[in-house]
Amino acid sequence: MSEERKKILEVDDLSVHFHVRGQVLKAIHHVSMDLYEGEVLAIVGESGSGKSVLTKTFTGMLEENGEIAGGTIVYNGKHLEELKKDKQWEGIRGNEIATIFQDPMTSLDPIRTIGSQIAEVIVKHQHKSKAEAKKLAIDLMNRTGIPNAADRYNEYPFEYSGGMRQRIVIAVALACRPNILICDEPTTALDVTIQAQILDLIKDLQKEYGFTVIFITHDLGVVASIADRIAVMYSGRIIEYGTCDEIFYDPKHPYTWSLLSSLPQLAQRGGQLYSIPGTPPSLYKDIVGDAFAPRDPWAMKVDFKAEPPFFKVTDTHYAKTWLLDPRAPKTEKPELIQNLHERMSEVMSASHLENLDLGGKDSDGE
Amino acid sequence: MENKKDVLLSLKDLEISFGAGKDKFVAVQDVNFDIFKGETFSLVGESGSGKTTIGRAILGINSTSNGTITFEGQQINGKISEKRKHEIERKIQMIFQDPSASLNDRATVDYIISEGLYNYGLFDSEEDRIKKVRTMLEEVGLLPEQLYRYPHEFSGGQRQRIGIARALIMEPDLVVADEPISALDVSIRAQVLNLLKKFQREQGVTYLFIAHDLSVVRFISDRIAVIRAGRILELAETEELFTNPIHPYTEALLSAVPVPDPQLAKTRKSYVYDPNMHHYETDKPKFVEIKPGHFVYCNEEEEARYKKELHEQGQI
Repeated sequence: MSEERKKILEVDDLSVHFHVRGQVLKAIHHVSMDLYEGEVLAIVGESGSGKSVLTKTFTGMLEENGEIAGGTIVYNGKHLEELKKDKQWEGIRGNEIATIFQDPMTSLDPIRTIGSQIAEVIVKHQHKSKAEAKKLAIDLMNRTGIPNAADRYNEYPFEYSGGMRQRIVIAVALACRPNILICDEPTTALDVTIQAQILDLIKDLQKEYGFTVIFITHDLGVVASIADRIAVMYSGRIIEYGTCDEIFYDPKHPYTWSLLSSLPQLAQRGGQLYSIPGTPPSLYKDIVGDAFAPRDPWAMKVDFKAEPPFFKVTDTHYAKTWLLDPRAPKTEKPELIQNLHERMSEVMSASHLENLDLGGKDSDGE
Repeated sequence: MENKKDVLLSLKDLEISFGAGKDKFVAVQDVNFDIFKGETFSLVGESGSGKTTIGRAILGINSTSNGTITFEGQQINGKISEKRKHEIERKIQMIFQDPSASLNDRATVDYIISEGLYNYGLFDSEEDRIKKVRTMLEEVGLLPEQLYRYPHEFSGGQRQRIGIARALIMEPDLVVADEPISALDVSIRAQVLNLLKKFQREQGVTYLFIAHDLSVVRFISDRIAVIRAGRILELAETEELFTNPIHPYTEALLSAVPVPDPQLAKTRKSYVYDPNMHHYETDKPKFVEIKPGHFVYCNEEEEARYKKELHEQGQI
């Protein structure tokens, strides 16, 4: 996570507005972020926090009523916020920055064979002949774990299961050899066993191809297994970012505390599950102060008056909360998430999992 | 253990199939379990496992092709009288996964919550009805001024509360909750789960919780049944199932649940279940009680092996 690593994408002070029935919805509010080559950055947030909207600006895929209201997005020296027409996006979208979405069925054409959909991308972006494209497509299908790829080349999407379809979507995305792969909740619609396979696949392919990943999710379990760095979003703002370990073991923003506290693994059976009171604020109104303040038990007077700046925790860890101001009273994170690793280890060892590496069955229990 | 508790719902050799003759598809077979009064029983499985089909059969939405469903000692599947059916429809309520698809978008919250009361005449006067609806609204954490609003004016979490209010105002004995929190955000999930728990503490409602998320299920359930491809493969009390899973599929399922801890998550291996690992050609499998209250679907050879392992671990 050293600073010398090459920045592949720089977002500075970005704001995105949507025009909805005469009103302005401020979906992204002055967001800045850097993406380093070869890393996996997870963007975590609940629905409406703006995590999808933010990444849509990287491929010019905002809905028609949305616009970049300010700020810059620089990719390889190019200002993406200036690109308006689809034609200008052509070399970048899909080619250099590709996206895979939650529902694989909506990303595939139901009336064309799987193979032809992958081959088409190869012909178009890598300028190969049809025969070569077919070979490369089958190779990609093999790499993404499709059994009997050559036979299944001529099948249609409906003949594939959900997990297999998601593998195909990944294969299509990789066919252009993108530099950045945006994964927008790619496993949310899948079963847990399939989810585990797809996550492993993305990790393996990343090692092999060396692309950079932006992984959008609301599932902290998925984040823990895949992310190098994490950015936490709330109400159109990034409120904290740091390395995976920093966010899990040393979180600073009360919203991050609340998210971690709501993990069902931390709750005692029969007891109460930690819940965040209230709901996120409306993005149609201007938010004064810290957006999380009305739901925040640690909120101070200043949180309702002035928007906090980012405070530096370490070289890699920053949080947007007044609690880090030297004048703020010293506040500890909630007890529930202190010693998170010890607590999780306890829960996990109580659930046999440590034995699995020994080959499952022949392990000895206690 | 089991003798001490009253059985509320009992499924015996249940089979549910769709189509007939050559096109017959058996979605669920040999399902046997009891749900005790006041407990939360979870049915956990992946998509297509048949968990929702069982839930729907209990509600009488899917018909059964074999076996019995007994509720409060009386059979409720197959041919039953209209009167009995009417009665059961009040006593067994349902909470759905998608709160926006399951609420009438053109009815006010007041009407949605009251509809069951109207159908069953469960109020003495208009005043009484309003009182009941307001009390319920308060119980689920909504405000009285929201009574005359429409579902689309609410957030997902609030809509799910309306769904819960609509079910629980009927004072049901059993609530079938089919993935009631899957569509909700993490922070909202906790609110809804706590609410369901509260009703159980206060009114003794029994829940059949249908889910795929094992981490949530562990928090809410007393007992868990794991279902795959239409068969129950394992059934045990919650902690027992998490600590001593016996069926390889349960192990695979548990190993696939993401762990929200970077150090543990990055070293962890998920374990893949191969359904062809069993040799059921001659030695046919049964649902066996391998330890008191802990059932596994296995054949004689596997049963002997599981028992030997449990014995070596000093568990039996």
